This record gives sequence, structure tokens and C-alpha cells, in this order.
Amino acid sequence: MQNIKSKQKYTKSGLLRYFLKGSVFLFVVCIAASLILTFLNTVIPKIISFTIDSVLDSEPVPTVYAPIVTALGGIDNIKQNIWIVAVIIAVIALVMLVFRYCGTFFNAHANQVLMKRMRNELFGHIQRLPMSWHSQNNTGDIIQRCTSDADTISNFVSNQLVSLVRIMLMLVLSLVFMFTANVKLAAIASSFIPVLVGASLIYFFRAHKGFKVCDEQEGVLSTYAQENLTGVRVVRAFGKERYERDKFEKQNVYYTNLWVRLEKFMALYWSLSDFIAAVQLMFIIVIGTVYCVRGELTAGKLVEFVSYNAMMIGPVRQLGRIISNLSKASVSLGRIAEVMNAEEETYGEAGPLSGDIVFDNVSFEYETGKPVLDGVSFTVPQGSTLGIIGGTGSGKSTVAELMDGLYYANGGTVTVGGKDIRDIPPATLRKNIGLLLQEGYVYSRTIAQNIGMAEETPSLDEIKTAAKTACVDGNIEEFANGYDTVVGERGVTLSGGQRQRVAIARTLIRDTPYIIFDDSLSAVDSDTDSQIRKNLRERESADGNGVTTVIISHRITTVMHADNIIVLDGGKVIESGPHEKLVASNGMYKRIYDLQMSLPDDIKEEARI
Amino acid sequence: MTKKIKNNKKAEKTKGLKFFGLGKLKPYIKTYKGIFATIIIATLAVGVINVITPLFQRYAIDNFIANRTLDGLAVFIMLYVLVVAASVVIDFFGSYGCCRLEMFMLRDMRRTAFNHLQTLSVSYYNMHSVGKLHARVMSDTSVIGSTVAWDTYQGVWNIVYALGTAVVMFILDPILALCVLVIVPIVALVSVYFQRKLTKLHRETREINSEITGGFNEGITGAATSKTLAVEDKLDADFRKKTDAMKKKGSKLGHHRALFFSLIAFAASIALALVLYYGGIITQKGVIEIGTLSVFMTYAQGIVEPVQWSVDAIADLISVKVNIERFTALTESASDVKDTPEAVEKYGDCFNEKRENWEKLVGDVEFDDVSFKYPDGDEYVLEHFDLKVPQGTNVAIVGETGAGKSTLVNLVCRFFEPTSGRLLIDGKDARERSVQWLHSNIGYVLQTPHLFSGTVRENLLYGNENATDEQLYAALDSVNARSVVERMDKGLDSEVGEGGNTLSTGEKQLLSFARAILVNPAIFVLDEATSSIDTLTEKLIQNAIEKLMDGRTSFVIAHRLSTIRSADVILVVDGGKIVERGSHEELLKSRGVYYNLYIKQFREEQSMTSGARE
Repeated sequence: MQNIKSKQKYTKSGLLRYFLKGSVFLFVVCIAASLILTFLNTVIPKIISFTIDSVLDSEPVPTVYAPIVTALGGIDNIKQNIWIVAVIIAVIALVMLVFRYCGTFFNAHANQVLMKRMRNELFGHIQRLPMSWHSQNNTGDIIQRCTSDADTISNFVSNQLVSLVRIMLMLVLSLVFMFTANVKLAAIASSFIPVLVGASLIYFFRAHKGFKVCDEQEGVLSTYAQENLTGVRVVRAFGKERYERDKFEKQNVYYTNLWVRLEKFMALYWSLSDFIAAVQLMFIIVIGTVYCVRGELTAGKLVEFVSYNAMMIGPVRQLGRIISNLSKASVSLGRIAEVMNAEEETYGEAGPLSGDIVFDNVSFEYETGKPVLDGVSFTVPQGSTLGIIGGTGSGKSTVAELMDGLYYANGGTVTVGGKDIRDIPPATLRKNIGLLLQEGYVYSRTIAQNIGMAEETPSLDEIKTAAKTACVDGNIEEFANGYDTVVGERGVTLSGGQRQRVAIARTLIRDTPYIIFDDSLSAVDSDTDSQIRKNLRERESADGNGVTTVIISHRITTVMHADNIIVLDGGKVIESGPHEKLVASNGMYKRIYDLQMSLPDDIKEEARI
Repeated sequence: MTKKIKNNKKAEKTKGLKFFGLGKLKPYIKTYKGIFATIIIATLAVGVINVITPLFQRYAIDNFIANRTLDGLAVFIMLYVLVVAASVVIDFFGSYGCCRLEMFMLRDMRRTAFNHLQTLSVSYYNMHSVGKLHARVMSDTSVIGSTVAWDTYQGVWNIVYALGTAVVMFILDPILALCVLVIVPIVALVSVYFQRKLTKLHRETREINSEITGGFNEGITGAATSKTLAVEDKLDADFRKKTDAMKKKGSKLGHHRALFFSLIAFAASIALALVLYYGGIITQKGVIEIGTLSVFMTYAQGIVEPVQWSVDAIADLISVKVNIERFTALTESASDVKDTPEAVEKYGDCFNEKRENWEKLVGDVEFDDVSFKYPDGDEYVLEHFDLKVPQGTNVAIVGETGAGKSTLVNLVCRFFEPTSGRLLIDGKDARERSVQWLHSNIGYVLQTPHLFSGTVRENLLYGNENATDEQLYAALDSVNARSVVERMDKGLDSEVGEGGNTLSTGEKQLLSFARAILVNPAIFVLDEATSSIDTLTEKLIQNAIEKLMDGRTSFVIAHRLSTIRSADVILVVDGGKIVERGSHEELLKSRGVYYNLYIKQFREEQSMTSGARE
């Protein structure tokens, strides 16, 4: 097996910085807007306290406000026209509207930009990772990294990271205001912060664990239901309804109790945390009142102080959540970095390709110590057809993969037109070689788009011609929407045979000088199989230019007309030559031929009678 | 309400659900009357406390500060602490009760749905996809539970808070109260407008999002094909179109959300400005005191939430109606195959079997003038069909894929009932006995073997809960499956994984044979495997099948004709109907469908198995 090259291209934070390109400015705008908003939030309590103290009551105007008061015509003017204060609040509210909008909108927008970049980068990268990477990694796991791990990161950045910055700044701001208002009171108020932060940290880490356990247990319950429903015939036939009911019931009760316990814990925490906050508020009000009575504090200042305090307490109670999410986001980043650090194939520029395909003493193994091909040599002269026959595990599919540069030989050389395949850019190889996999993937698009997939702008005529050659035209016309029928995951499911023939049409339309059929007619019945091959021969003779063809199959009738046939067994070529020669030589090929052409014994016997 | 709902009339019927279908949930709430009452009372109390808390502030400002006195401060503090403590404790009971109500209702609804599903006939499963049924049991219930519990909790609080503040404000000063309340209709209108818009945008972004997931799926699952076709760039471009559409839609959603939130906050500030203006004037005039004014300012900020909540709650209720409809449609659907009351009386139902009354099943099966069409089909697939299957007979059913080979087996297993005519078991109409009785006498092996997650032992005991380890091993031995178990690290206690996925198909098949043997059934039903299993396992399975059928009445849906040459009767199905019937030799002689199928399959099989070493 070739080792997948992986160099430490991105560290976790490096990757985050890379993904944030293009959105980081937007996030800064969002943070700036919400900071201004936070600041403006503190202005309104100030105005209120000023109004209560100096306008409604008769406290002297604080020196800080003096210029503004003078500009508004002096305190007496304001006392007479309280609407001025109301208008000021309304104006500030309007300004706040703008900044609140910006803060919220730019956050969402930045998040979208980040998501888009992350997704595009991941998709493009994965498309260009070598085949060996794809075969070593589990599809579901990769999809999960691209979807839920990416979501976790974007969530973390747009919600947690942004609010962490904001909370810190808000905390500092409100503390500064509080300390300037009254040092002693501020000291009392802030002495509660460590308690609240500590409690929230303990809570969020424990709740996080609890959520995980609950999720797992709900997963078990869900699996029970799923298995019961899919296995309904087994359940019924074995008369196990009661057993199933009890099994589900047990887990259902277990899961419910688990949740209720967790919820109790959560309710306790929030109550406790509410209580601490209330006690803190009480201290402030009571002590503040005492100060007011003693004349150390004005009533307006106290009200102002209380509103700063509220601004501080809310975010502090959320700190635990952010910190506990930090670890989750870090895990996700690591999982995505693994993908992004795998090395892409170098495609190169596509150019023309011609000449014979030559395998010279080729060996290959997917896993070390388990050779799949062992000293395989053969030549496919340009324009000729090679048939390869062999059973499961004979290594015949590997031959196809090596020809297309999906994998490279461990020993020996594969050459096309005398050039080592390692020196031919994959782009050139794959543009010129039409490899038909046994299980071709059907994209979720229309049939026409599927067939024209590899062409720039295929005309419907071209598509139909290809479909006719692949004997699938008739089936397509039977669909209600014909060639516009959407197939694949989000559309009509094609049968195995239809899928293979659509894949054939998709390759034929490319008009490649080389075509390789890797057992790609296995799900097609023998009559259609031979019809397709007949169509191909006719097409070739009409074109005049000989397509170099390799047909890999387990079916004798599929390969018997080839110019040359090799028989693969256990990774070795054990016989080769044209059909007549192989039949005459009385070897393995002949035995396979006899078996496949024979009639069942009892019919033969019956015919004799 | 009638209990019988015809499936096709389901849609019309549920349309009439009143009050968002909440009435249907009565039985689930009724059980928890106590908790429900606790929530309401607790939340009511908390709401009231939240309304009066600002009054403490008022008292402090107007009394202690304005009069510069500390008289009564001790009492004041004690009262305040008491109220806060009470509110915390009461709220704990309210919200914890709410969690409990949610979870208990969820548990009960899931139980009801799951248990009801156990009683429904297989035909129901043919008409409803497993994914949808699973969602009914797991997600619809979850949505209903949380909506009912939390909307009750929040509903009570919001209503109490809104009404309470309104009342207190009107008592304190009616005109100033109007200054605050004037924002209520504005907030309500704005909320309704954005609620609609946001719901629509949310749906659209979800759709694009699932397209993007589909795109990833395509790029990753189809990687090999994309490489051979050299279409990476094209897929890339298509994918970028999707992410671009997502960005645009997502930002649009962000725009509307941002506008919504800022407008609501703006409305609250305007109310504040109004209070300050008018309140300031009347304070100057001495109509109210400063403390009262501060209470009003608190209320002006607080009133926004209940209004916004009401709009959200209505949207919630509209959307939960669909979940309730789906859930009740499931729990109210009646089974096609139902035991008669007499049969239930004698034999018990599926949860309470009366095994002491069960006769031994010999194994004579007879179709007597049976006609049958599937509930969702228009055409009869069996018409006046007669077939006698004496004990010990081996019946094979053959035909192309999709030809309708399962029909007879479905009838024998009573997964479906004949449309007309009778199915006789040991000479008696099957409907005179219970389904459960029949099923406990049938050994059934599926084409795609179905195992349950759990250990090998648990899976085998499915066939006979009381089997000893010796019996388990004997059963495994009789189908040559002991080696499968011995290969696993913990023997019988090894986990088989979800759906038995840690095992190969062949291994799963062998275990499911052993499971069937443990039933020691009088009738054996086998949907033969088509999946490609290696030749060695295939041989083992073939031997196992022969062992199983030995001396028992059996029905085999055969995909490989080579395996059923010795069957007593072969039924050939084509286009859903039985077209030929006879022994292997008779059918070959007649040179019909069977003959052609036989030759064709023989050649395919040869080409599949040859080529490899001999």
C-alpha cells in the first residue's frame, strides 16, 4: 500500500485562521457594533439616574453632565420640558437599533461566509485526495466531519468566541462604571463573581457529560425501535411482541429517569445560581440603601448601579457554557485538520495519449504482505481488445485501477505508449481512458445530466446516441420524465442493470481512445450484454479509429470475441491467447467455457431420453 | 370519536382536530394531573412574585431613601429575602415539574406508539416506511412532549406576568400604564410579521442545507467514479453554487432576524421614553413618587417578553398540530389482521398469551378457494386458489425478482388475511385460532437475515427463551454455525452490533437458522438468500436448510433453482400470479416458464462460480 502522504500543513489554530480568511473582518465589525451597543446600553441608565436625581429631585447636576445640560438650556429648562429627556432616550434607542442590527446581522453574515469557505475548501480538497485515501477512510465518518464538525466550529466562532470577547469587555466596562460609582459597593458586588463563575464551570462540565450519556441512551432506545420496525416480520414470526415491548419499556424508563435526574441537577443549578444572584442583588440594595440614607450615595446612582450589576451578572453566568464548548470545538477542529492535512493528488494538465498499454512484471498489494497482483505482464496493442477473465479475488479489478492511475504498482511498470504511467499526469490518463467501474456512482441529477456528466456542453442528440449504444434508451423513455428524470439519492432508484448501462453511456459519450470495462456488465443480462458489445463494434467501425479496449469479466461470452484474452488466477496470468487457442489448449479457460456453455445435467439427461 | 380509521381517510379525518389537536393528548396529561397542577400553581406564584419584586425597589426608594430613615429596614430585608427564597424554591418545583411532565409524557407516548405498532399487521408496515414510523415513535412524541410541557410553563408565567404588571400599573397610575401598554399591539404586529417570514426562511435554509449534505455525500461516496470521469472541477463548481445559495439565504435570514430583534428592543426603549416623559411630569406634580416611576420603567422593559412569547407560542401550536395528527393517526390505526374476540378469549393476545390453552400444531396447511389482493393493490394476485399441503410437504415458490413470490408465505404466516376463502391449519380455519399461536409454531428465516443488537445468546434465545447453553450449541451445530460463534472473542456473549453488522451476511444467515431451529417449529418458512456469499458458506447454508426442512411442512421462496429440485411441489410465479405448478421433472417436461428460468439461472450461476479456482 502506498503511504498516504500527510504533512503537518495546518495546526488547529492555523486551520482556523485559514478558514477565517474573508470573514474575520466581518466578525470584527460585529464585535465592534455590539461593543458600541453595550456602551450605549450603559448610557440609558445614566440618563435615567440623572433624570431622577437632578430633574425630578433636586440633587446638583454632576460636573460631567454640566456642559450637556448647559447646551440644552440649563437644568431648569429641562425640568420644565421633560420631553427633552424622552427625546434623547428615543434618539439613543434609534442609534442602538442601528448598532443592534449591525451586531446581529454581521454575525450571521460572517458566519455564512465562514461556513461557505469551510465547506468549499473541504469539498474541493476531498475531491482531489487520492483513491487510496478514500478507500482507507469510512465514508460516513468523512461526511460527518464535513457536516457536524464544521457546524460545531462555525457555531463556536460565531456564538461563543464572539460572545467571549464581548463578555470580557462588558465585564470590564461595567466593573469600571461600578467602581467609579461607589468603590465599596462595587467591591461587594464583584466578590460574587468567582462564586458564580466557579458554579457555572462545574455545572456546564457536568451537564455536558450528562447530555452525552442521555444522547447515547436515547440512541439505544432509537435503535431498539428501528430494529423492531425493520425486523417486524421476525418479531411477528417468532411471536416476540411481548419480549420487544418489555425490552423497549425497560430502556424507555431507564432513559426517562436518566433525563429527569439530569434535569433535576440542572434545575437545582439554575435555582442556586438565581439565588446567589438574588442574594448579591439584595446585598447591593440593602447596603446601597444604607449608604443613601447616610448620604454617601444618591438614589439615582443606586438605580444606575443596579442596572450595571445586571449587565455584569448575566454574562458571568454564561462563562461556563463557553469554556465547556471550547473543548468540543477543539476536537472538531482536530478532526477537520486531519482531513485538510492529507495530501492532494497532483493532476497536471490534460494532454493527448496514444500507444500500447504494457504491463511489465507488475505486482501490487493494498495491504502489506497480501499481494493482489504478482508478476503480471501483458500488452494491449493500440486499437485492439483485451479480455481478462478471472473469478472473485483474482485481481482483475486491480488491473483496471492501475491502468487509470488510481493506484500505482508496487513492483514492475505499467506503461502507455512507452511512457511510465507514473510520469503521465493523472489528468491526461483519465481524460483519455474511460474506466467503467463495476459499481458506477449515479449522481443525483437528471439522467441526461448523468450521461453528459463528463462533457462540457453535450447535446441531447449525443446523449441519446450514447444511451442507445448502451441499450438503456428504451428504459429511459419509459420513465414519466424521460431523460429529465432525476435519479440517484434524491430521485428515482435505478436497478443495478440500468445503473450500469447509464454508466456505460456516460463513458461512451466521452469518445476516449481507451475504454476499460471492469466487470461493468455484471448486472446486465447476457442478451443485453452481447447487444451492447455489438453496438460498440458497429460504432467503432463507423468511426474508423480503433478504440483500445479492455474487457474484464467473469462471463466467457463477454470476453470471447476479444483479440487476446488473459486468464487471471490468484494474481497471476495463467493462460493467454485468443479464444480459439485457449479453447484448444484445454486449460482452465476451456473448463470455464465448458461449464458456462453447458446445460444442467438433468436437462441433458432428459433430452437424451 | 370512532376508533376505526380507514387509512385512506386518515387525512380528512384528522383535519377536524380542534385546539391544535391538544384534546387528543388528554389521556397522557391526565396521568400527571398532580405534576401538571404543580407546574401551574408554581409558575403562577413565581409570576406573581416577579410582578411584585419591583415594588420592593419602590418601597426602598420612596421610604428609606426619600425619608432618609432606617426604620423598618430589618423587616424589609427579611421580607425581601423571604420572597426571593420563596420564588427560587417555587420556581425549582415549577421547572423541575415541567421537565418531569415532558419526560413522562414522552415516555408514555413512546410506549403507546411502540406497543401499538406491535399489534399492527405486517400490511401496515408495507404501506408505511420504517423511517416514517420510527419518526412517529421517536421524534413526533418528543416535539409534542416538549411543546406541551414548556408552553404550559411559559404560558402561565407570561400570562400572569403580563396581566399582573397591567393590573399593578393600572392601580398605580392608569395613564402611565397606557404609556407602557401602547407598545403591546406594536410588538405583537411586528412579531407576527417576522415570525411568518422567519419560519419560511428557516425552511428554505434547511432545504439548501440538506442539499449541501447531499453534495458532500456525492463527492465522497462517488469519489472513485468522479476520478475515472475526471469531473472533479464540475462537481466543485456545482457544489460552490449550493454553498453560495446557502450564504445568500443564510444572510437574508440573518438580516430579518437582526431587524426583528432590533425593532423589538427599540419598541421597549420607546415605551421607556414615554414613561420617563409622562411619568416625569406627574412625578414633578407630586402625583406619583420616584419609586413608582422606577417600577414603571422596569415593567416597560418586561412587558415585551410576554407579547413576543404569545406570538411564538401560537406558531409552536400550529406546528405541533402536525405532530399530534401523525401520532394519533398511528395510535388509532386498526390492524388488518385481528384475532376474533373468541380467539383472544381462549388463546390470549400478543402481550398476554394463554399458552396452557394452545393445541399442538401438526403442520397440515390448506388453501381453500383463497382469493387475495394486497390492501394497497387493485388486482387480485390469487384467485380461487386451492392447495393442500399435508404435514411434511416441501413447497417451493420460484420466479423472477419482483414476481410476487412472497404472497403465499404472507398468507401462511397470517401477515395478511385472504380477501376471500379460507386458510386451514390442521383442518381448522386459521382465524379460529390466534395469530400468536400460529406464529409460535412457525420457524421463519428471512432472505436478508435480521439480527438484533445485543449478544449472540440474546439473538438465539429469540427462538426459545428457555433454551440452555447445550441446546443453543446443539442448534448451532445442526446448522454448522458453531465455528461462527467460536471465532468471536466472547463466544455466545459476543456483541453482534447494530443489526448484526459485525458479522458477514453468511454468518448472520447461519445464526438466523439456528434461531429458527430453536423454535422447533411445525412449519418452516424460508425466504432464501440471494446475496452473494462465498461458496463454502453457501454449502453450509444449503446443508442447514435441508436439516431444517427434514420432517416439517415447509415453504421456501427459492431464488436459486438448483436448491429446490427435490421439493414436493414447485409453484412458479410470474407477474404476481401462479402460472405453473408441479414437481421439478414435470415442470421441465412442460418447457414453460420454469424451464427457461432454470437454464438461464444455471448459466448465470456457472459464470459466477467458475473462473475462480476449482
